[in-house]
Amino acid sequence: MKVEQISVFLENKSGRLAEVTGVLADSDINIRALSLADTADFGILRLIVNDREKAKAVLKENGFTVGKTEVVAIEVPDRPGGLAGILGALRGGGINVEYMYAFVQKSGENAIIIFRFDEIDGAIDILQKAGVRILKGEEVYAL
Amino acid sequence: MIWNEEFETLPREALEALQIKRLKALVERVYTTVPFYRRQMDGAGMRPDQIQGLDDLKRLPFTTKENLRENYPFGLFTVPLERVIRIHASSGTTGKPTVVGYTRRDIETWAELMARTLACGGTRQGDVVHNAYGYGLFTGGLGAHYGAEKIGATVIPMSGGNTKRQIMIMQDFGSTVLLCTPSYALNLAEVIADMGIDVAELKLRVGIFGAEPWSEKMREEIEKKMLISALDIYGLSEVIGPGVASECIEGKKGLHVFEDHFIAEVIDPDTGDVLPHGEMGELVFTTITKEAFPVIRYRTSDITTLIPDACVCGRGFIRMERVSGRTDDMLIIRGVNVFPSQIEHVLMGIEGVEPHYQIMVDRDGALDIMEVHVEVNEEIFSDEIKELERLSRRIGGEIKDMLGVSCNVKLVEPRTIQRSEGKAKRVIDNRKI
Repeated sequence: MKVEQISVFLENKSGRLAEVTGVLADSDINIRALSLADTADFGILRLIVNDREKAKAVLKENGFTVGKTEVVAIEVPDRPGGLAGILGALRGGGINVEYMYAFVQKSGENAIIIFRFDEIDGAIDILQKAGVRILKGEEVYAL
Repeated sequence: MIWNEEFETLPREALEALQIKRLKALVERVYTTVPFYRRQMDGAGMRPDQIQGLDDLKRLPFTTKENLRENYPFGLFTVPLERVIRIHASSGTTGKPTVVGYTRRDIETWAELMARTLACGGTRQGDVVHNAYGYGLFTGGLGAHYGAEKIGATVIPMSGGNTKRQIMIMQDFGSTVLLCTPSYALNLAEVIADMGIDVAELKLRVGIFGAEPWSEKMREEIEKKMLISALDIYGLSEVIGPGVASECIEGKKGLHVFEDHFIAEVIDPDTGDVLPHGEMGELVFTTITKEAFPVIRYRTSDITTLIPDACVCGRGFIRMERVSGRTDDMLIIRGVNVFPSQIEHVLMGIEGVEPHYQIMVDRDGALDIMEVHVEVNEEIFSDEIKELERLSRRIGGEIKDMLGVSCNVKLVEPRTIQRSEGKAKRVIDNRKI
């Protein structure tokens, strides 16, 4: 039910993002989803990749600070109110969303949203009860 | 204008006779009252009665900031604490400050020396002295304050900061003498211009600036922008505070050391040998009249040279050139002494933070800006922005608590701070003074 996301610390200077993606490309690692959060001084790149152990290893070898976080990937119905219903259920359960990012599947009709919760197990519980489809890690890595 | 005609114009021979008499008494006193000095002298095989002439001074061991730290807080006081009526402190090289104490007579001596210093700039009764040196543990504010009161001037105890209010008071109270750091004077000049005030309408006549290094170029700039005479003064809390040496308005070339209270030497910082006048080296002071906290051959880490030639003002005291650098890595940020080791100390106290850091100093207009770069390793890294921002705020807050100076903390990628063999390059100072 949980997906492993890797995160990379980046200083705000030109070319750093290109270097990360270059390192991954050189090792034949495929990026499934990504989001970049930034401040005036630094950024945090969050990635879901097909081979996370290898990705971590090559990024570290190249001098990046890499972290690992568990996130949840869910399928959101592609219609008005699809996301609102899910967030409403989470709010009812007192769960905070730290951040989220979305991407659309190649074939599917539904969007996939990656969530980082303050309380992941509680969140999964609520989502399951609400009948939301949660993607398994393997499904996401292989997308 | 000379405050104390009798002492400030003593012929060299009489001055030296007075110095040796005071030096002998000092050495005898510290030997019998301060275990540290007794150990130092015993170690060097020196007895107090071997000090017969000024030439014998160089046989005594140096005192260093490290020695002060080892004897924290009161270990080098020669009198019991009940005779100490004031304590000041400046930043030490690590967590603990350097502590100095004053007896009633020391406070009087200090007021006399600051009166001389202010008189060097022509300050007299009737002047309105705008004292923007910081009040508190720092010696600048109170030191200058007592000297100005002794002269009988009207003192405004402004302390630092709150620039617009300073300028309003300058206008409304008719300040004639400005006391602050030279960079703050430039900052005041800029804000005066921004506020649309004509500087010619202020009554300021002279500025007596110290507590940080500056240059002739800065002097010209301040004089032009503020329409005042700008003078350089020198002091450090370990010796007494401000009032160790001062430029005179007549000469404006080198700072007169008040030699009836302090003996100045310039040494080779590597060998410790005393250098002849005119050669650049490390400035060393022996305080020959202080009671509570005298120092013998205290190494200031300031680099300068001594000028023995007579001065147009008539004072007989030797002059030191404007301080041109440091032998250690001390920085002066907005008038506050900052040692990189203090910042390291703060970083080491925060779990997970590695002691890989770099301090970038720059000047934005007239204000010093300090930025501390800290490498982000896996232990402190988070995938959440707010966690990293919390960390940088915490580092900045703890540095501010320790140093009293705010800084920007910048998180940087690992191994981006240059590692060097041996001593790491901790400081990049881009200020053009």
